[in-house]
Amino acid sequence: MKEIVIISGKGGTGKTSITASFAYLAGNDVLVADCDVDAADLHLLLKPDFGKEEDFYSGLIAKIDQQYCTNCGRCANVCRFDAIPFKNNHFVVDTIDCEGCAYCAKVCPTSAIDLLPAYSGKWFSSTTRLNTPMIHAHLGIGSDNSGKLVTKVKNEAKTLAESENKNYILIDGSPGIGCPVVSSLSGANFVVLVTEPSISGIHDLKRIYDLVKSFKIKAGCIINKFDINEKGTDEIMEFLKNEKIEHIASIPYNENFTNAMTNAQTIVEYDKGELTEILTNSWEKIKGIIA
Amino acid sequence: MKISIASGKGGTGKTTLSTNLASYLSQNLEVVLTDLDVEEPNSGLFFSGEIVHKEDKFKMIPEWIEDKCDACGICQNACKFNAVLQFGNFISVLPELCHSCYACSELCPTDALPMITKKMGELTHKKMGNLSLIESRLTIGEEQAVPLIKQTNIYVKKYLSSAKIHIFDSPPGTSCPVIEATKHVNFVILITEPTPFGLHDLKLAVDTMREMKKDFGVVINRFGIGNDEVINYCINNGIEIIAKFPNDRRVAELYSKGELLYLQIPEFAHELEKVKNYIYDLIEEFE
Amino acid sequence: MKIAFTSNGKDLDSIIDARFGRCEYILIYDDLSEEIEIIENNDSAADAHGAGPKTAHKLYNSNIDVLITGNGPGGNAAKVLERSKMEIYIGAANKPIKDALDLYKENKLEKL
Repeated sequence: MKEIVIISGKGGTGKTSITASFAYLAGNDVLVADCDVDAADLHLLLKPDFGKEEDFYSGLIAKIDQQYCTNCGRCANVCRFDAIPFKNNHFVVDTIDCEGCAYCAKVCPTSAIDLLPAYSGKWFSSTTRLNTPMIHAHLGIGSDNSGKLVTKVKNEAKTLAESENKNYILIDGSPGIGCPVVSSLSGANFVVLVTEPSISGIHDLKRIYDLVKSFKIKAGCIINKFDINEKGTDEIMEFLKNEKIEHIASIPYNENFTNAMTNAQTIVEYDKGELTEILTNSWEKIKGIIA
Repeated sequence: MKISIASGKGGTGKTTLSTNLASYLSQNLEVVLTDLDVEEPNSGLFFSGEIVHKEDKFKMIPEWIEDKCDACGICQNACKFNAVLQFGNFISVLPELCHSCYACSELCPTDALPMITKKMGELTHKKMGNLSLIESRLTIGEEQAVPLIKQTNIYVKKYLSSAKIHIFDSPPGTSCPVIEATKHVNFVILITEPTPFGLHDLKLAVDTMREMKKDFGVVINRFGIGNDEVINYCINNGIEIIAKFPNDRRVAELYSKGELLYLQIPEFAHELEKVKNYIYDLIEEFE
Repeated sequence: MKIAFTSNGKDLDSIIDARFGRCEYILIYDDLSEEIEIIENNDSAADAHGAGPKTAHKLYNSNIDVLITGNGPGGNAAKVLERSKMEIYIGAANKPIKDALDLYKENKLEKL
């Protein structure tokens, strides 16, 4: 079983549309995992049935039991996050500002403060409209995206893929270069970097590849909208050559990317022209590289 | 008047709108653009101004003093972030994981963990005529954006509060950094695309704004692609659509080169004028 | 000598987890007594961050001589592991533990 992660650093490069197309092309061989939990969009294309759902908790949050509180104010005094305001004659915890450090609980003379696991979202085990299994998640508002939810999604995906004898796990990776993307990369067999030839696209590609390199994972690159800035594309090609990153494909600016999405279809279902051809070849190429 | 530009996800045109809007408004007024996307600030790519000030930003972390420590284990026990760990008689402090809660430091019975400063990022203040650009960049490896966002806001408040208009480029998403970047503003402009992804992410952003009880309006980017669902959603939910920036391949081309759009695409300038008028009305109401 | 593995299971047929901080189990094999000890590593709700250093801490407290893993510990975990005299070998991800053990004995693993 091979784990393929698709990442981009910067948002809006077409990462999710490409992941969905690969999922379509891989058919019965694949399990899909959406690790882009901040802005999960893959489900809009693959229409999973949200078959099974479970709450997810991460970090802690303080709760004051008013029955035992004597209003001494020590908790508010030690809190560095101004998360315990005095409202209507009571000290209360502001759930958005509380960082879960538990200092308040340590100093409370009547043990009126408990630290409870903080609800941070839900994860789902589904079957998509393509009949492939899919693991995905939603982060709650104001929740901190740590690597933890991503790890949960990946672990569930791995277990399920093993029991169903799938050849590939396709992972829509997390954005940015922080903890979540580290979690989506670890254990992967191949990384597909999706980029575009804009200043920020190139900048993010380089930052994210530093991370990939530190994991010693083999990588390939897809340049989307390569024809909007030829100088930028040249710079990317030069970078790929120097870093020995496989150039998988260059995709021209083409509004069928968006049109397919508007039709709630993958690109390879909607487009009957160059995009489908390029993506089909890309998937074959990736399979060849990791075989 | 403080306005935040936000979106449910990245890549929808947040930086495009903030940079163009700030530059456009600064033709008549003093404007401050603050990039609070501290993990990946790139507003600066669009301006070549003179750097008037640069400063390091610090957070507080404990520093272990071996001589004073009697290895009682209270500090490790107090830290909920695995930032203070005890190995035999040795205390290891991991600054990137520290949330500066002070618990270990203040609960230490022998004062062996005083708080000291540690650099977490860098703030740059650029000036181009009427426009000031404040950009903070988190040091690689630092995981917490919120403290740097807070300090950046403090700097702006301290030195630039006289400006008539403040624009804040918010980080993407719905997590803590977004809340920190928007909670102090008077108004939020949410930018989205008229596509299923755009609609889905807009709904998340709207939920976040409602939860925070913020006034907000919507700007549609790449208008002309996709479908009418974003517009219908806004109408049905009583959300004002402030402007619709046309879908145009030239936008992608100019953005990719780090150039401002309104100078070269008249249709874009036309929509920007609507945003400007909207903001002028807000200012009048506000005052 | 105590040899630790980041593992996805509880016996020598289990596969080595590429991840360090968020591996499911730490399997400790004593090559003298041939005994196996398991440390559960599915972290509590409190550990949104800092899973790596915490795992390193568990290893330190178990007096491990050798660690065999996949990607290797990240920056924070590596920093705290410097405190121990533990030897670390990487690149053994997705191999059964017993195979990795043989490779270790034949000196064929990459040392960090």
